[in-house]
Amino acid sequence: MKNDQPPHPLFELTLARIRETLREPEVIFWVFVFPVLLAIALGIAFREKPADRLRIAVEGGKAAEQTARLLAQSPNLEPGIFSPEQAFQELRAGKVDMIVKPGAELVFIYDPTRSQSELARLIARDAIERGLGRQDLAAIKDEEVTAPGARYIDFFLPGLIGMNLMGSGMWGVGFAVVLARTRKLLKRLAATPMRRSHYLLAFMLSRMIFLIPEVAALVIFGWVVFGVKVFGSLMDLAVVSGLGSLTFSGLGLLVASRSKTIEAASGWMNFIMMPMYVLSGAFFSYDRFPKIFIPFIRALPLTALNDALRAVMNQGKPLAGSWLELGVLLAWGLVSFGVALKIFRWQ
Amino acid sequence: MQKAVEKAGADKAGSGIAVRCHKLKKYYGPVKAVDEVELLVREGECFGLLGPNGAGKTSLVEIIEGLTRPDNGVVEVLGYRWGTGDDRAFRERIAVQLQETQLADKLTVEETLRLFRSFFRRGRSVDEVILAAELSEKRREKVFKLSGGTRQRLALACALVSDPELLFLDEPTTGLDPQARYRVWELVDDFKRRKGTIMLTTHYMEEAARLCDRVAIMDHGKFLALGSPRELVESLGGREIIEVNIQGGLDEGMLRALAGVKSVSGKNRGYTLKVVSIDETLPALLELVERQRVKIVKLVTRPATLEDVFMALAGGRLHEE
Repeated sequence: MKNDQPPHPLFELTLARIRETLREPEVIFWVFVFPVLLAIALGIAFREKPADRLRIAVEGGKAAEQTARLLAQSPNLEPGIFSPEQAFQELRAGKVDMIVKPGAELVFIYDPTRSQSELARLIARDAIERGLGRQDLAAIKDEEVTAPGARYIDFFLPGLIGMNLMGSGMWGVGFAVVLARTRKLLKRLAATPMRRSHYLLAFMLSRMIFLIPEVAALVIFGWVVFGVKVFGSLMDLAVVSGLGSLTFSGLGLLVASRSKTIEAASGWMNFIMMPMYVLSGAFFSYDRFPKIFIPFIRALPLTALNDALRAVMNQGKPLAGSWLELGVLLAWGLVSFGVALKIFRWQ
Repeated sequence: MQKAVEKAGADKAGSGIAVRCHKLKKYYGPVKAVDEVELLVREGECFGLLGPNGAGKTSLVEIIEGLTRPDNGVVEVLGYRWGTGDDRAFRERIAVQLQETQLADKLTVEETLRLFRSFFRRGRSVDEVILAAELSEKRREKVFKLSGGTRQRLALACALVSDPELLFLDEPTTGLDPQARYRVWELVDDFKRRKGTIMLTTHYMEEAARLCDRVAIMDHGKFLALGSPRELVESLGGREIIEVNIQGGLDEGMLRALAGVKSVSGKNRGYTLKVVSIDETLPALLELVERQRVKIVKLVTRPATLEDVFMALAGGRLHEE
């Protein structure tokens, strides 16, 4: 290295960021190992299996045996005979989905707020009527398909990628900046001719680089282990991931722009991220929340990222179909960057 | 008024003045960190700010370094005033070593220096600075594994890598053992040989005496005295000190009357005598002790130091150790 001209500061700063990240074993664990472990656990818990059989408690008595036999004709039902008190206990504990009281007039005791219970009622009715010789009026042939991309793991994997991008973007940038401030390294750097924008840009660039193995690890893992397919183009996936990562680096920078201690920054990070873990449809669809909240939930950056990732991965939509989500991400990213740069404290 | 000062400043640019402060003021609430300070540092000199913790040394240098804004007053560094032009470009010409900066733990010595070197258009090569700072053996060592002294030499090397005209050192050897301190001093000497200007703060009088051409003694945001270490010591009157503890005590008047004694201070039967020469005063003191039939418990003779100057001016010690 006899060269007089040193490398560009942006190059050196980015290189330093990459080195620091790679030399932090915890970072490697949280970014690469943990998401894969989570995917394994959830993939096993929600693995493909025939729909659970509905359990029905038949109250013991004269016609109990016969009723149970009729119900057992349906492959979807699993009847059992219980005393009335026992049966009620089982229903209350959610161990059976419905109680059948045999007699001249059959009584179905079920909970209409539980879909399983409702379903049990319909199937039981059908099974009993057929068993008693009902003729079907319409000829219906059942054709079974399991749509690829419709399993829980297919739904979950894009959400996991989204969560991972949020976590590593915010922690990766925020933590490093606050640490440098508490150690007075920011002040030392501010005393050099280093361009401040270069310092902040280096965080973005190193994030862009780490993004590739991060997303690739999860996509490849999902594909090899669970057969999760990416229906859209990989290029689109890269664009969405990149934008998401930049957005969350911006938020991380914003949180770190004035925090004086790691503790304060951690508090803010959790304050911002926790609601999104729950609301943004990472683990379950946000459609479960009341309708009036949905527009607010969709305005959250993680929701936008998860939706855009699912559009690419599960539905194979082109990017143009996700313009709203991408717009939300871009807006969050630009605003948080802009504000962070304005209020950033170097000492 | 402002105009006149500016003009005077412009005239002085390039005339051998490295730092000029005029009526510089910085208060933090009721604390007068920098109180109407006047200062001229010449190009090529090593100027020291000596004072206890909390004297305002760091506040003053950080204002001069352009890291803190003063409440009032004028600062000119190499003829430049912060905020009047391209501050960032001006930083090419100066370098700072801050008090207690911790460099990135996980980078190596060499990586850290390459990073700092990349911020400057001109400068020394990383290899050259590694050699000068005696960091060759540690160049692939990560920062968190370095000893305090090595870390401090690295911090200094980060400042030297740009080959600055003006170097600011804020307590460069605080907390180091004597040998590590000596190696830092050698590195500072090396920079002095390169004709660089240095402004440093310290609360070690030996450090100020060893490195500085001129020293300002600072306390409560003000300069108490300013001059070369020798001038300051001579200003005490006596250049040597006799410290004596006497069982039963003696009348201070008698001690003051001894030959060659310039001043006497003391408490609890321990007395500090500033004298022109020990040769002259010591025999007289021993004679007095014999005559008064008292007993000497402890006797120390030593040359006067900046610490004595500080004690005489501020009435306290530089630091409690």
